[in-house]
Amino acid sequence: MESGGFDFHIVFHSIPFLAKGMGLTLLLTVLGIAGGLVFGTVLALARLAPFKVLSFAAGTYVNFFRSMPLILVIFWFYFLVPLVLGQEIGAFQSVLIAFIMFEAAYYCEIMRAGIQSVRVGQAYAGEALGLTYPQNMRYVVLPQAFRNMIPILVSQAIVLFQDTALVYVVGLSDFLYSADIIANSENRLMEMYITVAIVYFALCSWGQFQVRNLQKKFAHE
Amino acid sequence: MMRGALRVGLSVVVLLGLTGCAGDFRYNWQWSILTCTSENIDAGCIGPYFYWILQGLWWTIAVASAAWVIAFSLGSVIGILRTLDKPILVVVPFVKSPIYFRTRWIGTSKGIITVDVGWFLHGFANIYVTVFRNVPLLVQLFLWYFVFPELVPHDAGMWLKRDLPFPEVSTAIFCLGLYTASRVAEQVRAGINSISRGQQYAAMAIGLTPVQVYRYVLLPVSFRIIIPPLTSDFLGVFKNSSLALTIGVLELTAMTRQIEEYSYAGFEAFTAATVLYIGVTAIVMGAMRIVEARVRIPGMISLQAK
Repeated sequence: MESGGFDFHIVFHSIPFLAKGMGLTLLLTVLGIAGGLVFGTVLALARLAPFKVLSFAAGTYVNFFRSMPLILVIFWFYFLVPLVLGQEIGAFQSVLIAFIMFEAAYYCEIMRAGIQSVRVGQAYAGEALGLTYPQNMRYVVLPQAFRNMIPILVSQAIVLFQDTALVYVVGLSDFLYSADIIANSENRLMEMYITVAIVYFALCSWGQFQVRNLQKKFAHE
Repeated sequence: MMRGALRVGLSVVVLLGLTGCAGDFRYNWQWSILTCTSENIDAGCIGPYFYWILQGLWWTIAVASAAWVIAFSLGSVIGILRTLDKPILVVVPFVKSPIYFRTRWIGTSKGIITVDVGWFLHGFANIYVTVFRNVPLLVQLFLWYFVFPELVPHDAGMWLKRDLPFPEVSTAIFCLGLYTASRVAEQVRAGINSISRGQQYAAMAIGLTPVQVYRYVLLPVSFRIIIPPLTSDFLGVFKNSSLALTIGVLELTAMTRQIEEYSYAGFEAFTAATVLYIGVTAIVMGAMRIVEARVRIPGMISLQAK
């Protein structure tokens, strides 16, 4: 590098800009988790439902998205959403839809494992009490399933947080892309990329630490 | 496997149908551009799109396979290191200590200084997995491609920038391999830890050395147990290889993007890529199911259940 040596001043000067990028990353993560969870739960219920057509459709959906790379999914939706809606809605919305659709497939598999981890006797007991299928799910199975799943759901949230860096390919100013803009305009690639790596590492390690605490907490009970 | 292929085919048809019906979706499909084998403006071919896709598929398979070789070998070693729980003492030669001291990794016994190499190896493996799992792959790719050549000594950096054959592809393979190794290591560790302790004690009781315990008892069983999660990691390498497009590797996804830019027929190209990725997934899953059945140990319940 022509300028030579490390110069982390540029990092301090660009903190407001980077913070804005991190805001977008976190917003995308939170909305992606929320949407993915809701849609993933619906998919999991459909997959375990006693109707063949429903479970087949949900299974197909999950296998389809799980065999596609996220970048390709982002490209698909980036071009597809405006066409389907017939109007431009901006990159953020397109990417968010892509994330929700993609992550839902993974959340569905986690949910399914969680629901199946609830002992069959519980569901039978619910039925014996005269609960309908939706009531049984709502009051007996799902509350217990969610408890079992919490650590792995948080792990998946960390994965999603890391995956949001891929919006780089459509030029959305998330944390990585903001840093990239400064890195290239100031010719400070080294400092910016190392900073980005450290920030991601710190946040994800903190998340992992929480996962371990949760696992310990649930193992004791 | 036939049923699997049928399912994949059906799902593609269903999803394409859904996309076609959704909203007032008006798109002029031009499937013929996928068959472009040469430049032919009249037929809408600005480039040999057909060969571009094949080339992209080739690079995807090449990058993913090469990365998997690194990931599997390195990941196995690191996973094994993470399960070491006994000290591996190495005597420091020629140096004697007049005083007695003992810490977790170094200590004395009758004046001889011993270092616990196992503690270092175990620690290294733990740090490796933590670091590589907690930084997004895309950031790692940029670090290897843009930052790493600046950090190494000047001559080595120059060699990386100038003389490394296929610089983008080599970096992508290396980066993807090291990243996936951390995931493989976690699976290997989980596999070894899932074997009951009794097996290990029995192996030690009949006089096997620690290396033999791993070689003949722990590893043969644990690698069989982790075939399903390793399969999904292997498929993960294929999917993650698409990130290499950001540093200029023309793999499958990059090629479809290029076709989109040339022809404005993006959906046709994306569809082709989607079908190819699903095809690769189906083939790998089918092959791994055969491997799993082939290597099954008769009478092992945990394997039959899966």
